[in-house]
Amino acid sequence: MTIFLAIILGIFFGFALQRVGATNPANIINMLRLTDLHLMKAIFFAIGLSSTLLFVLMSIGVIDPGHLSVKSSYVGVIVGGAIMGVGFAVAGYCPGTGLTALADGRKDALFFVCGGLLGALIYTLVYGSIKNTWLFNNIAGGKVMLATGSDTFQALLPAIPGTLLAVGIGIAFMIIAWILPKKV
Amino acid sequence: MDGQLNWFKGGLLLGAAFLLAVAFVNPIGVSTQFVIADGIIWNLFSDTVIQKDTANKSGYASPNAYLNKSGGKYAKNVAKPLNYSFVFVIAMVIGAFLSARLGGPHPTTQDRIAPEPWRTRFGQNPVPRYVTVFLAGVLVLFGARLAGGCTSGHMMSGMMQTSLSGYLFALGTFAAAVPIAVLVYKRI
Repeated sequence: MTIFLAIILGIFFGFALQRVGATNPANIINMLRLTDLHLMKAIFFAIGLSSTLLFVLMSIGVIDPGHLSVKSSYVGVIVGGAIMGVGFAVAGYCPGTGLTALADGRKDALFFVCGGLLGALIYTLVYGSIKNTWLFNNIAGGKVMLATGSDTFQALLPAIPGTLLAVGIGIAFMIIAWILPKKV
Repeated sequence: MDGQLNWFKGGLLLGAAFLLAVAFVNPIGVSTQFVIADGIIWNLFSDTVIQKDTANKSGYASPNAYLNKSGGKYAKNVAKPLNYSFVFVIAMVIGAFLSARLGGPHPTTQDRIAPEPWRTRFGQNPVPRYVTVFLAGVLVLFGARLAGGCTSGHMMSGMMQTSLSGYLFALGTFAAAVPIAVLVYKRI
């Protein structure tokens, strides 16, 4: 059953990425050099909308909070994000859009994916020698959310009710999406 | 470009994809599957990289520390790649293919070699683009694995769940990506 869902959900996500223009590296490059923000608007809107609906549907019991999967916060998240950011800006591809760009027939995406396989292999080989370094020091206790919706993960701001905070952030994201200029 | 959705419709579609994934199974993630793909290839050439081990939580173990992490979780996925996350990523490529065939945006022959901002800045020769994009791919996947996730896992799924890690990742990524993009491609 989950394999069937993987096929349906994966096709839907890949379809959405291609249709919004995320498989086109020109759109990513233009977003990052701040000349065309249509993708940034779409991403803000998508995160805001899905976050708002997720927390509302969890609070009324439609979505099982057990499906949440929060990643750990540690120094390497920021360092790794920055390393990824350099390649992301130059290539105009991230791991997901690089793969889906293959379906556009983009030859540069093939080189990106091959490079990606090498990068992931290098990490697999060096992990053993860096795993006990400061790179893996937790930030704010590791697996934390700003607004908690489940018993599994701690809230960073426990004073504010989780649903209220998440919906507030979600709506703020949608407003940002609305007011960001498309072309700069 | 023809067939490309505007930010509102595109955002609706993307948002629906994140929400449905977490509603039915799990949040979306992609970069881990590059490790699994490497593991599958490695496993073809090695008898020892993946072993059955009932002492490990997953039932599989590896002498490689990364594949052996979290009770051999990755080792198991290398041994049995027909799982949700790996199939999801393959299905993504099929989904993008269907979109392109069913009226989605179509790149020109030149776009298929290098995107327009690259050609404007560095010319039509494909070799520099291919070499650069290969090295960029190395950085992207190395960085994403160090961060424990990529754009889809941290930024989209993570921020949707209001995970602190998603915000930290976005901070690191954009702090590096925006200046580099401006430097490499200029603003015009």
